[in-house]
Amino acid sequence: MSDIRNSNPGGEDYEPQVSVASTDAIGLAAGGSAAPLPGEDKSYSQGQLVARRFFRHRAALSSMIVLGIIIIVAFTSIGIGPIPGWWPNSYTLQYDKIGDGAPTWQYPFGQDTGGKDYFALVMRGTQFSLIIAFAVGIISTVVGTLIGALAGFYRGWVESLLMRLTDVFIVIPLLVVAAVLGKTASGWGIWGLALVLGLVTWTSLARLVRGEVLSLRERDFVLAAQAVGTSPWRIISRHVLPNAVGVIIVSATLSISSAILLETSLSFLGFGVQPPDTSLGTLISEYQAAFTTRPWLFWWPGLMILAIALCVNFIGDGLRDAFDPRQNRSKD
Amino acid sequence: MLKFILRRIGASALVLLGASLLMYVLTINSGDPLKDLRESNVQNKQQLIDQRIALMRLDDPWYERYWDWLRGVGGCFTGNCDLGVTINGVDVLGLTQQAAVSTLRLITVSTVLAIIVGIALGILTAIRQYSGFDYSITFSAFLFFSLPVFWAATLLKEYAAIQYNNWIAVGQYAPWTIVIIAVVTGFLIQAVLGGSRRRRLVTAAAVFAFVTIMLFVFNALDWWRNPMFGIGGVLVVSAAAGVLVTALVAGLRNRRALYAAFTTVVVGIVAYLAFAPLLVNSPSWGLLAGLFVLAVLVSVGIGAAWGGYARKQSMLVTGITGVITSLMVFADLLIAHWASFLGVKSRPISTIGSQTPNFTGGFWEQVLDMATQILLPTILLTLVSVATHSRYTRSSMLETLNQDYVRTARSKGLSEREVIVKHAFRNALIPITTIVAFDFAALIGGAVITEQVFGWKGMGALFQDGLNAVDPAPVMAFFLVTGVAAVLMNLLADIAYAALDPRIRR
Repeated sequence: MSDIRNSNPGGEDYEPQVSVASTDAIGLAAGGSAAPLPGEDKSYSQGQLVARRFFRHRAALSSMIVLGIIIIVAFTSIGIGPIPGWWPNSYTLQYDKIGDGAPTWQYPFGQDTGGKDYFALVMRGTQFSLIIAFAVGIISTVVGTLIGALAGFYRGWVESLLMRLTDVFIVIPLLVVAAVLGKTASGWGIWGLALVLGLVTWTSLARLVRGEVLSLRERDFVLAAQAVGTSPWRIISRHVLPNAVGVIIVSATLSISSAILLETSLSFLGFGVQPPDTSLGTLISEYQAAFTTRPWLFWWPGLMILAIALCVNFIGDGLRDAFDPRQNRSKD
Repeated sequence: MLKFILRRIGASALVLLGASLLMYVLTINSGDPLKDLRESNVQNKQQLIDQRIALMRLDDPWYERYWDWLRGVGGCFTGNCDLGVTINGVDVLGLTQQAAVSTLRLITVSTVLAIIVGIALGILTAIRQYSGFDYSITFSAFLFFSLPVFWAATLLKEYAAIQYNNWIAVGQYAPWTIVIIAVVTGFLIQAVLGGSRRRRLVTAAAVFAFVTIMLFVFNALDWWRNPMFGIGGVLVVSAAAGVLVTALVAGLRNRRALYAAFTTVVVGIVAYLAFAPLLVNSPSWGLLAGLFVLAVLVSVGIGAAWGGYARKQSMLVTGITGVITSLMVFADLLIAHWASFLGVKSRPISTIGSQTPNFTGGFWEQVLDMATQILLPTILLTLVSVATHSRYTRSSMLETLNQDYVRTARSKGLSEREVIVKHAFRNALIPITTIVAFDFAALIGGAVITEQVFGWKGMGALFQDGLNAVDPAPVMAFFLVTGVAAVLMNLLADIAYAALDPRIRR
C-alpha cells in the first residue's frame, strides 16, 4: 500500500529498504557517526535528497570539480571552431624547439618531434574525445532507454524481438562491432563516429531499463493510470520512466566513461578518429614509438584519458549512492 | 535441467547466427576492398583488380557470399571446415588454428585469474566495508577500469618487463628494497586481517619480520636466479592450503574434513614422488592433463571415503585441496627449471610475441618461455577484469548481507564462516555469474588491444588486418572463435546460475 502514499513520480519510498540494523548486521559498525537525520526537522523533495547525498560523496564531488576544470580548460584554452582561446600557441604551428622538446614553462606539456606545442595538441584531442564521449553517452542512453522501456512495458513479441536484438549485439564483442562500424564511419567525421558508437553501446542500459520497467509496470500506480484510460505512451513517459531515472542517470554517466575508453581504443587501433581530426587515442598511437626518447608525448594523453574516465566513474558511483542508498552507511 | 540447457543452446545458436549475418554485412560494407589496388601504379593494375574481384567474388550478391561462408562453417560439424581464403588467397582455417591457440590461452588464463582474485577481493571488501582496505581496493578498482589498456600496456612493457630483466641479471635485492617490501606486505596483510589495534600491530610486525628474514635468506642463497621449492615446499604450502580450504568450506571443527584434506596432500606428494621421473624426463601436455584429471578424481574419492556426516563437504574440500596440490607440484617443476631457463634466455620477460622464435630447450623451459611471454598481457587483462568483478561481488555481497535470512542465520547462532560462505556468498554468486559471462566479451576486446601492443600474432591481428583490408573471411573467423567462446561462457554461466538458483530450472 505504500505506493499510494508515494504515488508522485520519482517518489520512491526508501525507508523500508534502509534498515537501521544493516551495518550492525554485517558486524562492523564502523564508527557510526551519528549524522543528523534529515526529515526530522525539515522535509526534502526527492531531488533535494539525491542532491544532498551526492554532494556529501566527497570523491564524486571532487571528481565533478576536476572534470569541470578539464572541460573548461580543454574548450577555452585553444578555442573551438572560429572562436579563439586564451592559450598563445596554436596546435598547427611548428615552433623552434627548446632542447629536445621536454616540458618547459613556455610549453608545459613539451613539444612534439616537429616542434608543435603539445599542450595545444592534447587539448585539441581532449576536445574531440570529450565531444564524442558525451555524444555517445546521450545517444546510447536515449536508444537504450527507449528499447528497454518498450520491451519491458509491452512484453510479448515486442519484448522477444528487442531482447533478441540486444542479445545479437551482446554476442559480438563491443570493441569488434565498434571497430567495424568505426571504419565504415571513418569518412563522416567525429559526429558520424559518435553516432555509430552510440548505436552499439546501448545494450546494457536496455537490459537494465527493461528489468526496472518489468517490476514498475506491476505497481499499483501504473494500474491506476491504466484504469483511468491513460495512453501507454503517457504511462511510460510520466509514470514508469521517472521512477527508473536513477538507473538511467547512473548508467548514462558510466556509459560516458566507457565511451571515452572505447573511442580512444578504436583511435589507437586506427578505426576511430581519422586525421585531420585527432583524439587522445590517436595521439598515443602516433607517439607510441617515441616513448623511450620523448616520454612526455606518451604520458600526457594517457593521463588525460585516465583522469576523465576516473572522474566520470566516481561521479557515477556518487550518483548511484545518491539514488540508491541501500548500501550506504548513513541512513538518509 | 537438461531441457533448460538444450533450450539455452538453441537460443544461443540462433543469436550467433543473427550476429554472424550482422557482422558479415557490416564488414563487407566497411570500405573498399580494392582501395590499395586502385591507388597503386603497377602496370597490370586492371588485371590485379580483376583477379581480386574473382577471388573475393565481389560481383556476386552479398547473400550468396554469406551463404557460402555459412555452408563452409557448417562443414565444421561434418569434419571438413572451410572458412574461406583471405584477400591474398591464404587459407583462413590454418591461420585461425594458429592464432586461436595463443589468444584463447591468454583469455582463459586471464578469465580464471580474474574470477578467483576478483571474487575473493570483493568478498573481503564487503566484509570489511568502509575499512582502509576497502577504500584502497575500491580506489584501485576505479583506477583500473578507468585505465586505457593500450596505454597501460606500453607502460608495463617499458617499466615492468625491462626493469625486471635488468634486475634478474643480478638477482639481489638491496637492503632498503627489502625493508620497503616488508613494510608494504605487513601493512597490506594487517589491513586484510583487521582486528583490534593491538592485533593489527602484532600481525604487521610478524609479517614484517618474516618477509625481511625470508628475503635476506633468498638473497644469500641467490634464490631468484636459482630458485628451489622442493617436496618440502609443496608439502608445507599444500597442507596450509588444505587447512585454509577446510576452514572456509567445512570449518576446522569438522575434523574428518581436515584429515581428508591432509590425506589428499600426502597422497599427492607420494604420487608426485612416484611420477617425478616421468614428469622430468618425458613430459607432455597430454600427460599433465591426464595426471591432473586423475589427481582431482582421486582427491574427490578421498573426500568421499572419509565422508562422515557431511560427505559432500569433505569431497569439496579434498577436491579443491587436490587442485591446489597439483598446481603446487606444477609450480615446483617449473621453479626447478628456472635456472636452466635463465641460461637459455637471459632476459626472461620479453615484450613481443607469444613465443620466443627459435627457442630451444626442454619441455619445461618451453612452458616457462610461454609463461613469461603471457605474463604481461595477462596481468593487464586480469587487472581490468578484477576491477569489475570485485566491485560487483562487493555490492552483491553487501546486498545479501543485508537480507533478513542472513540476520536469521546469525540470530540462530551460526558461525560467521557459515553465515558468510553458505548464506551470503552463495546467494551473492547468482548475479556475479551473469556479470562474469558478460565481461568475457569485454575481455576479448581487451585481448585485441593487448595483442596489438605486445605484437602477438593472434586473433586480434587476424581481425585487425582483415578489417583493414575489408576482407570478410578473417574477420568472420575471428567472430566465429570469439563468438563461440562467448556463447560457451554464457552457457557455463547459465548452468552455474541454474545450479545456484533452483527457481531458474523450471
